[in-house]
Amino acid sequence: MSETPKPDELFSNIDYRPPSSGWMDTPVDIKKGIYSYAGNPKSLEYVGLPFARQWNPIDEDWSLPENWKEIISKGFRERLDRFRSIKVFMDICVRCGACADKCHFFIGSGDPKNMPVLRAELLRSVYRNDFTTAGKIIGSIGKNFKKIIGARELDLQVLKEWWYYLFQCTECRRCSVFCPYGIDTAEITIMGRELLNLIGLNIDWIITPVANCYRTGNHLGIQPHAYKDMMDFFSDDIEEITGVKVEPSFNRKGAEILFVTPSGDVFADPGTYTCVGYMMLFHYLQEKYGFDITWSTYASEGGNFGFFTSHEMMKRLNAKMYAEAKRLGVKWIIGGECGHMWRVIHQYMDTMNGPADFLEEPVSPITGTKFENAKSTKMVHIAEFTADLIKHNKLELDTSRNDHLKVTYHDSCNTSRGMGLLEEPRYVIKNVCNNYYEMPVNTIREQTFCCGSGSGLNAGENMELRMQGGLPRANAVKYVHEKHGVNMLSCICAIDRAALSASVEYWVPEVEVTGVHEMVGNALILPGEHKRTTDLRSEPLPGMEDDDAE
Amino acid sequence: MRLNTLLEQKKTAIVKKWFAATIATYPSDTAKFLKSQKDPFANPVGRTTYQGLAALFDELLKETDHEVIRSFLDPIIRIRAVQNFSPSQATSFIFFLKNVIRDNIKKEDFQAQLFNELLSFESKIDELGLIAFNLYMNCREKIYELKANEMKNRTFRAFERAGLVRETPADKPDLDNINICKEASNDL
Repeated sequence: MSETPKPDELFSNIDYRPPSSGWMDTPVDIKKGIYSYAGNPKSLEYVGLPFARQWNPIDEDWSLPENWKEIISKGFRERLDRFRSIKVFMDICVRCGACADKCHFFIGSGDPKNMPVLRAELLRSVYRNDFTTAGKIIGSIGKNFKKIIGARELDLQVLKEWWYYLFQCTECRRCSVFCPYGIDTAEITIMGRELLNLIGLNIDWIITPVANCYRTGNHLGIQPHAYKDMMDFFSDDIEEITGVKVEPSFNRKGAEILFVTPSGDVFADPGTYTCVGYMMLFHYLQEKYGFDITWSTYASEGGNFGFFTSHEMMKRLNAKMYAEAKRLGVKWIIGGECGHMWRVIHQYMDTMNGPADFLEEPVSPITGTKFENAKSTKMVHIAEFTADLIKHNKLELDTSRNDHLKVTYHDSCNTSRGMGLLEEPRYVIKNVCNNYYEMPVNTIREQTFCCGSGSGLNAGENMELRMQGGLPRANAVKYVHEKHGVNMLSCICAIDRAALSASVEYWVPEVEVTGVHEMVGNALILPGEHKRTTDLRSEPLPGMEDDDAE
Repeated sequence: MRLNTLLEQKKTAIVKKWFAATIATYPSDTAKFLKSQKDPFANPVGRTTYQGLAALFDELLKETDHEVIRSFLDPIIRIRAVQNFSPSQATSFIFFLKNVIRDNIKKEDFQAQLFNELLSFESKIDELGLIAFNLYMNCREKIYELKANEMKNRTFRAFERAGLVRETPADKPDLDNINICKEASNDL
């Protein structure tokens, strides 16, 4: 018994106090559950990214190129010259702290380096050291003086810290809403990730979808026949539920409109039900008004993970949608419920691959509405298109088929903050279902909280990080669930549909996730349909059970 | 029941100190935010923790119901189980209550009867620790389940797309009786 430790000894190695050192002196601790796996070298090679190699984030040695500091420094310089915004953002922050507590990762993790100001400071400290006169002068006096002006040298520890924390930002831009100077911390993350890519540091959940998208046209690498097969399954489902056979067309030259949606809608539940909703809507419009739209198995991805890699990669992947529109000779494009696809279209496309002068200014063939906001990109968001149809009373709807749902709406970061699409999705939801409840005001619209897994962070291995980042959103969902009995969280983004499903399963398991057009599909009365007894998920509709069963 | 009366009187101070000790497990910059921001949607960690601790303390003063305890403890543990804590760090806050209570009782109040009551109250705190252990494990298991399911779904989908899996059809195959051996046919 003499070996039995005393209580004091037992607990002496349990340290619940965090380190009290300043952020610059607290070394990075790369933790399991937080970091994502390194990019597959084959994927990097496929899209011509440099220094493709096997490396492991938790290894001491990252097999970096010998001159990595030189490469980063040169890349930093180039980007400061190329992007005026980055130069300004590096200089003007006064560290007021307005952004500090606005980030979902900081709120959920409690890790101070996730305060947007501090995440940006990781790069700024190196900027001050290498690119400012003050940094150079003070640095020449002695290393210890650098801290006074918040400067430090780039070394391996700093680089690891960059990688770890730049992949703990979803580029959601909530922090920028609160910055009095309008600093867009997402742009700082974007640039930081570009720099990391110069020396082959990426994560696999981004770079493999990029390579797949470049090769096959979508993130999962689904080939055209498999894409069509999946849609055929959906057609069978629709026939079973409604008695109506829906036959979408693919790659059809001369169609008036091209439809592009994230591949998640075709291959990942619950996005697949949203896809079924689109198919039903297009069929309805075709039957009633002769609507002429085609899907493409080549432009089979709305999402653009190039956006999380580099400006060049984003441009390259965005171009394929327009190339397909040109090849098919369509007049304009409708885009599905996607997040960052819309940020790329709205904020980058026009100066990157645009103007799309071979297309026509979008006009709804059914209502005659001119979508003037899409005058240059020629691409209209489906929520906007459907809202316009409802406004003009062009859809026959049975809203009672959504009565089993108590719905709230999550504004996707990219469509709300990135393009100001706030009212249209709400208008559609309120017209297709009868029970709608908003989440608290500081968690929606421009102030919406990220799903916690955007910008390529929806991997499996970083589940703890995703749950931390998802907490503020889920906390608001929990509130409306407890107050109003909300059981359905709707959104207009494929990443949201995947990410929020896991998030609510952990935080509020009583709530499910849906796309807006799934609810449209539930309510839409197709010409010639039989009495529906189930919703699009083939779950029985309360009060509409089969007569035979009685 | 003198201890309970005493604790009831000092409730506000005790909960406040328990909360302060709990959020001191976060880095100091974070702790400041968790303490000062009162909006539950801007600060879910701080507010959930505070409300949970207050409710737990109330419940400890009553006849403790395990289900109720679980419902108050779960939201706090659920958060700490995904944050950058070791298991002991994640659940340590429960035992902080012992010190907070001891610090709040004056030496002269430590008569024999009160001391016995304190011991039994501290046993309740120990029970809380065990419930926290269960909850913590449930949360961790949920995380692994989410990870495993995402991987499984991805793999299964890949097989499905490649046409390597077929669901069992609803209608049974129309087969004649096939007897593998004579004995089997006799059994039938």
